[in-house]
Amino acid sequence: MSKSHQHEQISIVMAGHVDHGKSTVIGRLLAETGALPQGKLEQVRAQCRRNAKPFEYAFLLDALKDEQAQGITIDVARCFFKTAQRRYILIDAPGHIEFLKNMITGASRAEAALLVIDAKEGIRENTKRHGYMMSMLGLRQLTVLVNKMDLVNYDEAVFERIRKDYTEFLARLQIHPVSFIPVSGMQGDNIAAGTGAMPWYKGPTVLEQIDRFQTSRFPDTLPFRLPVQDIYKFTEQDDDRRIVAGTIETGSIAVGDAVVFQPSGKSSRIRSVEYFKGPAKIRASAGEASGFTLDTQLYIKPGEWMVRADEPALQVGTRLRVNLFWMNRAPMICGKTYKLKLGALRSTVKLVEILAVLDAAEIGVDSAKQQVDRHDVAEVILETPKPVAFDLIGDIEQTGRLVIVDNFEIAGAGIILAKAETVATTSETPLLDPAGAHGNTSKFAVSIIALSGVDNPDSPALKRLISQNAIVTMKTMGEGGGEPASLETVFKLLKQQGFILDYQI
Amino acid sequence: MNSLDRLEAHSVHILREAYREFKSLVMLWSIGKDSTVLLWLARKAFFGHVPFPLMHVDTHFKVPEMITYRDQLALQWHLDMIVGENSPALAARQTYPDGALSRVECCKSLKSEALKHSLDGTWPRKRMDHTLGHLTNEAKPEAFTGVIVGVRADEEGSRSKERTFSARDSQNEWDVGDQPPELWKQYKTDFAPGTHVRVHPLLDWTELNIWEYIDRESIPIISLYFDQGKGKRYRSLGCYPCTTPVDSTAKNVPDIIAELRGGKFTNIAERSGREQDKEDGGGLETLRRGGYM
Ligand SMILES: Nc1nc2c(ncn2[C@@H]2O[C@H](COP(=O)(O)OP(=O)(O)O)[C@@H](O)[C@H]2O)c(=O)[nH]1
Ligand SMILES: [Mg+2]
Repeated sequence: MSKSHQHEQISIVMAGHVDHGKSTVIGRLLAETGALPQGKLEQVRAQCRRNAKPFEYAFLLDALKDEQAQGITIDVARCFFKTAQRRYILIDAPGHIEFLKNMITGASRAEAALLVIDAKEGIRENTKRHGYMMSMLGLRQLTVLVNKMDLVNYDEAVFERIRKDYTEFLARLQIHPVSFIPVSGMQGDNIAAGTGAMPWYKGPTVLEQIDRFQTSRFPDTLPFRLPVQDIYKFTEQDDDRRIVAGTIETGSIAVGDAVVFQPSGKSSRIRSVEYFKGPAKIRASAGEASGFTLDTQLYIKPGEWMVRADEPALQVGTRLRVNLFWMNRAPMICGKTYKLKLGALRSTVKLVEILAVLDAAEIGVDSAKQQVDRHDVAEVILETPKPVAFDLIGDIEQTGRLVIVDNFEIAGAGIILAKAETVATTSETPLLDPAGAHGNTSKFAVSIIALSGVDNPDSPALKRLISQNAIVTMKTMGEGGGEPASLETVFKLLKQQGFILDYQI
Repeated sequence: MNSLDRLEAHSVHILREAYREFKSLVMLWSIGKDSTVLLWLARKAFFGHVPFPLMHVDTHFKVPEMITYRDQLALQWHLDMIVGENSPALAARQTYPDGALSRVECCKSLKSEALKHSLDGTWPRKRMDHTLGHLTNEAKPEAFTGVIVGVRADEEGSRSKERTFSARDSQNEWDVGDQPPELWKQYKTDFAPGTHVRVHPLLDWTELNIWEYIDRESIPIISLYFDQGKGKRYRSLGCYPCTTPVDSTAKNVPDIIAELRGGKFTNIAERSGREQDKEDGGGLETLRRGGYM
């Protein structure tokens, strides 16, 4: 086995309606891959005998006392096992609707999913809801286990019917499952070993299937996106570095690259890639918890994005069209102020309009609703007081996501579909003199547009600028790291210097 | 990025998130391998610095080498180290080794209680004085509301249910059934005033990951983990009356890794040498609900 394989690890979430057999399947997998601590199986069997309960593989997972008493998985449990191929983290997510936020927690950190359907009960509400959640969370690698085949006499027709129906359902969510496997968690059919009970099934066992799942690759070929988590200046032991820190979402960057911060529009160049212990680095890419020093001293704040000047910028605006999933008991209400977390940004945000509310289980549309209730999925317009920078989910998935905090809790999770029409606060006519003799014209124009939040993506002037890779630069405006000048001051100055023809605020 | 790189980046991200969000932050340091890896990760996150204090709860039943190693590293790495303890219980000999308490009761008193009152600043604490080179009494113990802890999900059942940012109410209680969602890289970082928050950057690490990382980074680890020639070593460090060494001839980090990968310990729980876990069928879980880490 190669060294890299030894280190390969993949996380898989188990989903499905309550009691369809998720915990049982995991218990089986653990037992049959030899992953259980010595004596654990015997300990649980003995406990069952003492309490006069039949032994369940699920008890292995449901390690907490509460769970054994209630017989349901309350929270996300992680278990670890390995095959000859690689290591696995299995996340046992609860199927009960009450615990959907736990299922989401589990699914959001997984690279693949096993969704369990009870052959006898068939597709149920949460079978669908979980499918929907996965599509929203961006989890596309899915295998469906049709479990409890022993209860339907291992009948191929039952399996085929479920396969057909659920495939159709998932297709509507743009999910195309990798495979369907008929199993019995209880009997161990097709879990770690094949079975004589279903000669009609020729596909892989669960264990073979998961060995074929692909680990997610870090998206380092997409445009570079660094949410600025913090700016450090630790003076102890005469350290004079000023380090911009954050975890790179996508793309890569190297020493010497020109960078732009959004939405402030400030720009600089990468002086160094900082790293504690280990060989010196000149490059950093997606997935790394990185740190950089810059060529110039800029006043930037945590929450901004650092992007490369030679790559497409993020969108900037105050109104976002979002597909949102709500988890809190208290509904989300129009006009109320919430907290938005988007990348490293924290802002206040208002729900200004509900376009449609979807029932996640049925995927029906209810457009008359005036609030977003718990477990609803809604298409809404959110508005921030100041322009924020973001990507669209269709452009860059990793940076087109946000969460909403209500009453100290993460209450909603959303994907950004589009920038909503902004109420214009300045003229939409091109702000710059297109034939301007000044080489810097385009740069200033974009910075103003970004700052004012009216960058109409259809504005021909803006399109031209973007195609020229125009850079946002506010450096000359607020030299010395002070707060950026007010919009009006900026405009006035630019007009005076002949960079722009006119402006309106 | 291999899986150690990923784990490192993930933990560093969480540490930075905690540092950004919490004004009064502290990291628990048990001297064991996990919290020492955590300390190393903090130095990674903050580019060689550890910008918050570390807290060690001294039960006075620790193997003496642990204390020596602790103080050495604190001085060498310029760590702002705080030490707390349950001095009344120790003075009154209200402990398990003194025959006064059961193991679980003793843990509760010397660890959970001591920790609680050291964190809220109501009991006297000591702090490392780097000019003098030893601990001195702390003048005004401040209260900490954010606590970074190096627990791992693979250690035992209840730890596998932990969230990265986990709220404890003022009684230090933990509501396992109703925990906040965590998705993408967004964690619960908003808390009502008065809430105590535990931050767990190591949840996704396994015991094997920890050793592989120690090996890769050459992190100095206390020698109690290695066989000194008697065919015995500690796999998990606790108080000596309640922690038994395991039979093993692993003399260095690669030996331990070999042992965990395919050797004798692959299927034996790490805490199997910890006697308090075996009391009342769920000793550790009972302890953890009451504030044990
Ligand atoms: N007959 C049969 N029963 C099963 C099978 N798998 C699970 N069960 C039973 O279904 C019930 C629910 O299983 P569990 O794994 O707890 O479901 P979960 O809620 O999805 O985790 C338990 O009583 C299991 O014994 C199976 O393959 N065949
Ligand atoms: Mg279950």
